[in-house]
This record gives sequence, structure tokens and C-alpha cells, in this order.
Amino acid sequence: MSSKRSISNDLTGWLMASPLALVLALFLVLPIAMIVVVSFWGATEFSIYPAFKLDNYQFLFGSAVTYSVFLKTFMFTLISWALCLAIGFTVAYFLAFHIRTQTWQIVLFLVCTVPFLTSNIIRMISWVPFLGRNGIANQTLISMGIIDEPLEWLLFSDFAVVLAFVHLYTLFMVVPIFNTMMRIDKSLLEAARDAGATGFQTLTNVILPLTKPGIMIGSIFVVTLVMGDFITVRFMSGSQSANVGRLISNDVALLRYPSAAATSVVLLITVLIVIGIMLRFVNIRKEL
Amino acid sequence: MSEQRGRSFYVLAAFFALFILFLYGPTITIAILSFQGPKGGLTFPMNGVSLHWFYDLFEQQAVGDIWGSFRRSLGLGLMVMVTTVVVSVMGGLAFRKRFLGSGVLFYMVITSLIIPSILISLGVGLIFNQLDLDVHWTTSGFGSQLTWTLPFGLLIMFAVFNRFDKTYEEAARDLGATSWQTIRHVVLPIIAPSLIGVALFGFTLSYDEFARTLLTAGSYNTLPLEIFGMTTNVTSPVLYALGTLTTVFSLVVIAVFILSAWVLNRRRASSGNDSGNGLV
Repeated sequence: MSSKRSISNDLTGWLMASPLALVLALFLVLPIAMIVVVSFWGATEFSIYPAFKLDNYQFLFGSAVTYSVFLKTFMFTLISWALCLAIGFTVAYFLAFHIRTQTWQIVLFLVCTVPFLTSNIIRMISWVPFLGRNGIANQTLISMGIIDEPLEWLLFSDFAVVLAFVHLYTLFMVVPIFNTMMRIDKSLLEAARDAGATGFQTLTNVILPLTKPGIMIGSIFVVTLVMGDFITVRFMSGSQSANVGRLISNDVALLRYPSAAATSVVLLITVLIVIGIMLRFVNIRKEL
Repeated sequence: MSEQRGRSFYVLAAFFALFILFLYGPTITIAILSFQGPKGGLTFPMNGVSLHWFYDLFEQQAVGDIWGSFRRSLGLGLMVMVTTVVVSVMGGLAFRKRFLGSGVLFYMVITSLIIPSILISLGVGLIFNQLDLDVHWTTSGFGSQLTWTLPFGLLIMFAVFNRFDKTYEEAARDLGATSWQTIRHVVLPIIAPSLIGVALFGFTLSYDEFARTLLTAGSYNTLPLEIFGMTTNVTSPVLYALGTLTTVFSLVVIAVFILSAWVLNRRRASSGNDSGNGLV
């Protein structure tokens, strides 16, 4: 990507990229534009009509619910991100530096990757027999004598939501971190050891800084997935908790499209600001 | 790293094992519970062992249109897979050189990846609504899913081309190949194993997609939509049986893709060409 631009490059480039550009124009750019437009429209009980009014935004920013829901969304994001990072980094570190043969690295890496390619809905449902009132967790704790009554907050709670996020999305942290770790020159680690660094010092002073790009990419994935989610919160909280995505999907269910659109615009801007801040730390295209 | 395993290895290995248990444990649990006896419930203990709930799946009345939705998901997955491979390869080739607007297009790809899925659903739904078109899984659903699979396909292609040895192309050009011949007979064969990876992502991401299809699939549900519908009104292990079957289906698909990539790589290794190594 270092070569200079030329007219023939432009031409072949556009020719090759046109299907991609077409799909994104039709199903990404246009829908975003439509949402922005509709966010100024009005709604009756049965239909929506073109207008230019700020009612939807006024209502959104005037409602206390909005702020608490955004706060909740940030809370889910922050906690899930921290857990995904801690677990994902440890797993990637183990795979990259403690597994000695490439074959085993690939095998264990695939073992981590496979669940990502199966259904998220099923993976959420599969927590029910574990966390439910009569589930494995409660039965185990009771038989061990740790608790007398089944814990009610295991399933259909904020705890369950965060657990599901970590379960679903840690992989997005493992893959990019593992990828950057594999590119660290092993002789750097030897040099650190020869210079007298302990294992922990090597980790914090050599590996961690060199892994930063992978951490950033993984973080972008996790943060955007959690911020934009609505289904995990709905299912795992048993509809008791709300995030911004649910605010939107509730409006959609009530056919209040302009209101849903206004919330969407605010959510999109929020996500973009967060990502914009994160992107200042890393050049994605170089790191793949 | 050839010395004795330190204590940290065993601690980390235990952590890794727990992580794997965390990843697979719940799925294995519902797989076991789907063999509940006819009077069994959603949690342990097992009330006998039977195939009752699997039989139930084959009775139309019991659970709605799951076989229809399975066929639709399969068809849609294949459509999305083929399109993702073709468009990603073309896009990947295009992005190797800078062209007017390549920066903008790149940011569009990233936006497509990070945008909350429900916005795609809502936006596409609104457009079809205002144009008085019916949303349908083959049109609006198909396009919406592509906004999810294409970024992954492209990121894989970026990774592939970042590791691509350009001397092969130069050699082809020096031997007089046209640029189309170079792509057809040199570049494509070299990147073929990674195309299997793109195809795998294209199919499985589509097959399991939920949020972007929610408002764009129309009156005929895809399988994940059907399953989610069931979670609100089905409270028997038939849900687990369905979950187990579709997970097994996904695993078979994944195994087939990985095996074919492996065979392709091996055949290549045995013919004395090491290109494409290091790619999943």
C-alpha cells in the first residue's frame, strides 16, 4: 500500500472494489442516512410522516431514563471489557509463549475459535441449566453447604448479562492479541532475561508494550459489540435490565421509528467517539 | 524456551483449561439435557434418557416452522458465503494499491464492522418500508448480512496480502503473463487456502446472524430468529434438542472447512511449494 497513486491504479482499484462499495453504499451508508433523516420525522400511532422537528431528540435528552440507560450501557461495556481483556490476554499469552510446537498452537487456537462460529443465541440459552434456580451452580453450592437458599441473581440479572458478554466475546480479544504476540521476536525475550529481567518484568516491560496494538483491536471489537448489543441484555437479564440497544428495539417494537432513529443516531455517535479515541493509539491496517 | 516447565506454565495451563471449560461447558450441558426423558425438565436431574425431544422436532405442530427456517438459513448462508468470498477477494486485490477513495472505503468497511447491528436492521427496514418494498431474507436480509460478513472477509484478505510474497507476481510478469493471467494462475492459487477461511466465516456468520436479520428477514424467519422466538414460549428440552442439532451442524461445517484447508495445505507441501504457510 506504499505505491503511489496513478490514474490506472484508480481505475483498476475502483473496478475491483466496486462490488464492495456497492454493497456498503446500499446497506450501510444509505441506511445510516435514512436513520438520520427519520430521526427528525414525526410519528402517529400507526405511521410515520416526513417532517423536520427536534421532538425526538428533545424527548430523548429530556428523559432521565436515557441517562441511566446510557450509564448502564457504559457500565456493562467497562466491566465486560476489563474481564475480556484480563482473560483474553492470559489465554493468548499462554498460547503464544508457553505452547512450544506450532501444531499444538494451531490446535488449541482452533479450540478457542470454534465456539465463535456457533450460534450466540444457543450459547446464551445454554447458560439456563447452569445458572437457573435449580441449576448446576445452585445445586453445587447448596450441596457444598455454602448457601442454604438458591441464589436468585445468577440467571436473569446483570451478573448473567456480563457473564454472557465475557463468554461470547473474549475470543475477540484472544485472536488479535495472540496475533501480535506471535510476531514478537523471541530473541527480545532472551535479551530481557540475559539483562536480568524477571519473568514478570519481561511481561510488563517487553511483551505488554509490544502487544498494545492487538489489545487495542480486541478492545475495539469488545467495546463496540457490547455497546451495540440488545439481545444479550434482553435474554440474560430476563428483560429486567436495559441498555441503549434495548431502548431502540423497544421503540421499534412499538413502531416508534423516529424515536428509535434518534436514539440510534446518538448511540452511533457515542460508539464512533469511543472508537475514535481508541484508534488514536493504533494503526489497524498495519497490524493485520 | 527449552528448559524445564516452570510453575507459571502449570498455573497458566490450569487457567487455560478452565477457560475451555467455560467456553464449552454450557453447550455440553444442554447437549446432555437434550436427551432428557419425556417428563424431564430444563435442568438436572435427568429424568430418564430418551430421544423424545429430538422426535418432537420432527413434528410440525410442536415447534413451528423450524425445518423451513433451517432451509432458508442454509440457502442464505450459501448465498452470503459465495458473495463474501468473491467480493472480499476483489476488494483485497483492490486495496493492495492505493486508489482514489481507498481511504474512505476502508473506513466504511471498519464502520460496517463496528456499527451496532440493530442500526443496520432498522435502517434497511426503514428504507424498504418507505419504498413500499417487502423485506425478504433473499434481498434485505441478504444485504444486511453482507455488512457483517464482508468486513471479516476483507480483514482476512488484508492479513493474507500483508504476508504475500510479491516476487511470485514479479516472476510471472517477467515471464510475460498479463495481469489477469498473474491473478488467475499465480495469486489465486497461492491464496486459495485462506479463501476457505473466508468462506467459513461467510457461511457461519450468516448462519448464526441474528441482529442484522431481525427487521430485514420479513415474514419468513431464519433459524436463529425462529430459535429466539421459541425462547419466549417454549419451556421444554425441545429447545435444547434444537440447540444441540444446530450446534452439531455448525461443528460439522467447521470441521469440513478446516479439513479441506488442511488437505489443501498438505497437498501443496508435498508438491514442494511452501506458499500459503502460516495461514489458518
